[in-house]
Amino acid sequence: MSQAPIAGRLAYRRSRHIREQIIEWLLLSSALVAVATTVGIVFILVKESLVFFGQVSIIDFLTDSQWTPLFSDPHFGIWVLLSGTLTSSAIALCVAIPVGTTLAIYLSEFASARVRETAKPILELLAGIPTIVFGYFALFFVTPLLKIIYPELPGFNLLSAGLVMGVMIVPYISSISEDAMRAVPMSLREGAYAMGATRLQVALNVVVPAAFSGLAAAYILGISRAVGETMIVAVAAGMQPNLTFNPTDQAATITAYIVQVAKGDLPHGSVGYQTIFAAGLTLFLLTLVFNLMGYFLRKRFREEY
Amino acid sequence: MSVSEGLRATITRAKRNDLIFVGLGIAALLFAASTFVALFLDMVGDGMSRLNPGFFTEFASRRAERAGILAAWVGTFAVMIVTALVAVPIGVASGIYLEEYAPKNKMTALIEININNLAGVPSIVYGLLALGLFVHTFGLGASVQTAGLTLALLILPVVIVATREAIRAVPGSIREAAYALGATRWQMVSDHVLPYSMPGILTGVIIGLSRAIGETAPIVTIGAVTFIAFLPPAPVTSSPPFLNFDWLSSPFTAMPIQIFNWTSRPEEAFQANASAAALVLVVMTLLMNAIAIWLRYRLRRNLNW
Amino acid sequence: MNDEQKKPDPSTLEKKAAALALNFFYGQKQALKNINLPIYDRKVTALIGPSGCGKSTFLRCFNRMHDLYPGTRYEGQIRLYPDDVNLLDKAVDPIEVRMRLSMVFQKPNPFPKSIFENVAYGLRIRGEKRRSVLMDKVEEALKNAALWNEVKDRLDELATTLSGGQQQRLCIARSLASEPELLLFDEPTSALDPIATASIEELIHQLREKITILIVTHNMQQAARVSDFTAYMYLGDLIEFGWTDDVFFRPKEKQTEDYITGRFG
Repeated sequence: MSQAPIAGRLAYRRSRHIREQIIEWLLLSSALVAVATTVGIVFILVKESLVFFGQVSIIDFLTDSQWTPLFSDPHFGIWVLLSGTLTSSAIALCVAIPVGTTLAIYLSEFASARVRETAKPILELLAGIPTIVFGYFALFFVTPLLKIIYPELPGFNLLSAGLVMGVMIVPYISSISEDAMRAVPMSLREGAYAMGATRLQVALNVVVPAAFSGLAAAYILGISRAVGETMIVAVAAGMQPNLTFNPTDQAATITAYIVQVAKGDLPHGSVGYQTIFAAGLTLFLLTLVFNLMGYFLRKRFREEY
Repeated sequence: MSVSEGLRATITRAKRNDLIFVGLGIAALLFAASTFVALFLDMVGDGMSRLNPGFFTEFASRRAERAGILAAWVGTFAVMIVTALVAVPIGVASGIYLEEYAPKNKMTALIEININNLAGVPSIVYGLLALGLFVHTFGLGASVQTAGLTLALLILPVVIVATREAIRAVPGSIREAAYALGATRWQMVSDHVLPYSMPGILTGVIIGLSRAIGETAPIVTIGAVTFIAFLPPAPVTSSPPFLNFDWLSSPFTAMPIQIFNWTSRPEEAFQANASAAALVLVVMTLLMNAIAIWLRYRLRRNLNW
Repeated sequence: MNDEQKKPDPSTLEKKAAALALNFFYGQKQALKNINLPIYDRKVTALIGPSGCGKSTFLRCFNRMHDLYPGTRYEGQIRLYPDDVNLLDKAVDPIEVRMRLSMVFQKPNPFPKSIFENVAYGLRIRGEKRRSVLMDKVEEALKNAALWNEVKDRLDELATTLSGGQQQRLCIARSLASEPELLLFDEPTSALDPIATASIEELIHQLREKITILIVTHNMQQAARVSDFTAYMYLGDLIEFGWTDDVFFRPKEKQTEDYITGRFG
């Protein structure tokens, strides 16, 4: 009477234990897919870039002032592409940071619940529009509009692409900033209100400083977005590599260059083919720095409240 | 109420600043909303005339007025199926692992940082990963499966984050109740946590897919064909074994590719096609987003933990 | 605390404020019912009662904190003397009210700024820009809040680095710097340990020479220790009001007696 039931129960428990273990392993391996993706990205970018840097010195890559990989006398100065990326990103941020922050402060501190509940879904919808459509909008709507004010503007230009990119990033910045500001405890606001502060004084003197790391995270992630944005610049800023910081010029960004090469038929293994991986690696490292900064700032903010 | 004249002037000034800021906030909101409206009206104005039934049933053509988006929308649909089938199980499993199983250790922290970083990696970098790995290393070609896998990796972070948030909203007392009745961890998850968080997960999945549907850069990078006059083979056949997986390795085109292609054409007639196709794409993503927003709204109303 | 002989008839005292037939509503729910209560000048008045009796709600009427939230409604008056205006009047600017009345909250809520800027904040929004004036007033307020000696060498440090008790004294200094006429305390020691509590009570004791104080507390010993007058509230009604030792030792109402002796609440 004593042995069998206990043994049976133990056996049952062991099979259950094994089943639970298998499930846990399956779940873990799913979670590792994300890690594998990163490893894959780094592996591919580094592998192809190493071949590239075997033929082009890294000094030239960083200092040459021309980018002409397909010419008979090829030059590989990444600054040419980087200048386009930085200029279009800077224009975008000049729009996105002020508008996004104003919007976030307004929605978090001023707007009634009804306005907020209407505005947020609209902003989300704006954020959901495919970037190729924004690119189309920049090329065929914003550029003609800008030409009315400034007739010499070329059909492809960094200004129009940057402006539209800025609008695209506004919802992104405003939603992260607003989350950060809403997380500031009400008691802090009440402390200032009780001293006779107005809404704007409370917002600027108490809420914004308290949410500062959250806001910084929003800006940095916004920068990362702008730097990595592809279709708007590919469509509206042109694909001509051009070392310029002038917003009214046309210039290729890193991303636009990759699209241009990939769209054509460059043979696998050629130097031209490898340039896009070298350019991609530059882009990846750039955004990695911003993303990690944004991540830790956001994490610090969450720990504060 | 009496306060000194000087103080009253200070208060009046502060309150005037409040009003000015409210004006700014509303202006920012109107700016975002009017961009949205302008974008929409611009597309409708340029593309409405092309939106007839033939536009959906014709292949692309050299003659703009005969060109349609049949291959593009079928391709997009096929790619989305692969994306969903890959991203949903892996993403949900990762989310479950991180919320319910993961121990608090370095490995978990690494997976978390990694997912956060992946969410910020520019989409074109995923394209480079796919080009180097799926196309050239695994030899999958510029096919439906390559595009589907690429976009699945791209939206994986979105699905994971949404899953985690939905799971986190299930109160701990539910878990304890399940354990107290003798449930194993997996029984607790599959019988309680997962069903209760399903609407939230679904919302995240839809938002992820709506992002994937409009992504252009990664599928341009893998070398998707821009001019295609046939459909992938049907997945169901009339003879045994009735299922045909050839469509997975078929070349394809997709909505955003088609728009990009038409946008780069100089003829104005193709621009009309581009805006008509863009309109279709935007309506598709807006519908998906609207469903997600509606789901979330219902979710918030029905759940009272 | 107050001897029999030193206790004059309250009607001979000067009033700083008075609630007259005050009703207050959160949406449909009435939280205060016909409250009539005088607040005597330079005296400490304590509000006691079980949780949810409306004592904090009542306190927050004085500086119109309820105006910040939608769906709240006042009826009746709170008159402030010597101006003799109704603080709750729609024509009265809540910001002006808050410039004259200060509040210290349940949990210390220093701003994420330096110690100096926390105390100077009230003066800054009153338009004071002169560094020397700010410096003098900050020092005076910190001294009045018995915090000066502990922080005088670290005025530029973040206020959040202070201990809980120090933070609360900082919040008191912040309130004092703008020289309010009436100081509102909302359970100021409920988040503090006994030693920090004792220091705050000592501070209240000193402040009542200069300033009128209204304090909400759910600690009856504290009310007995620091206040001149006590009001007992229950479910939005004012049950009893009088000299603190009358309310504690000779309550007129059975309900008050039950609460004070611990038979209820």
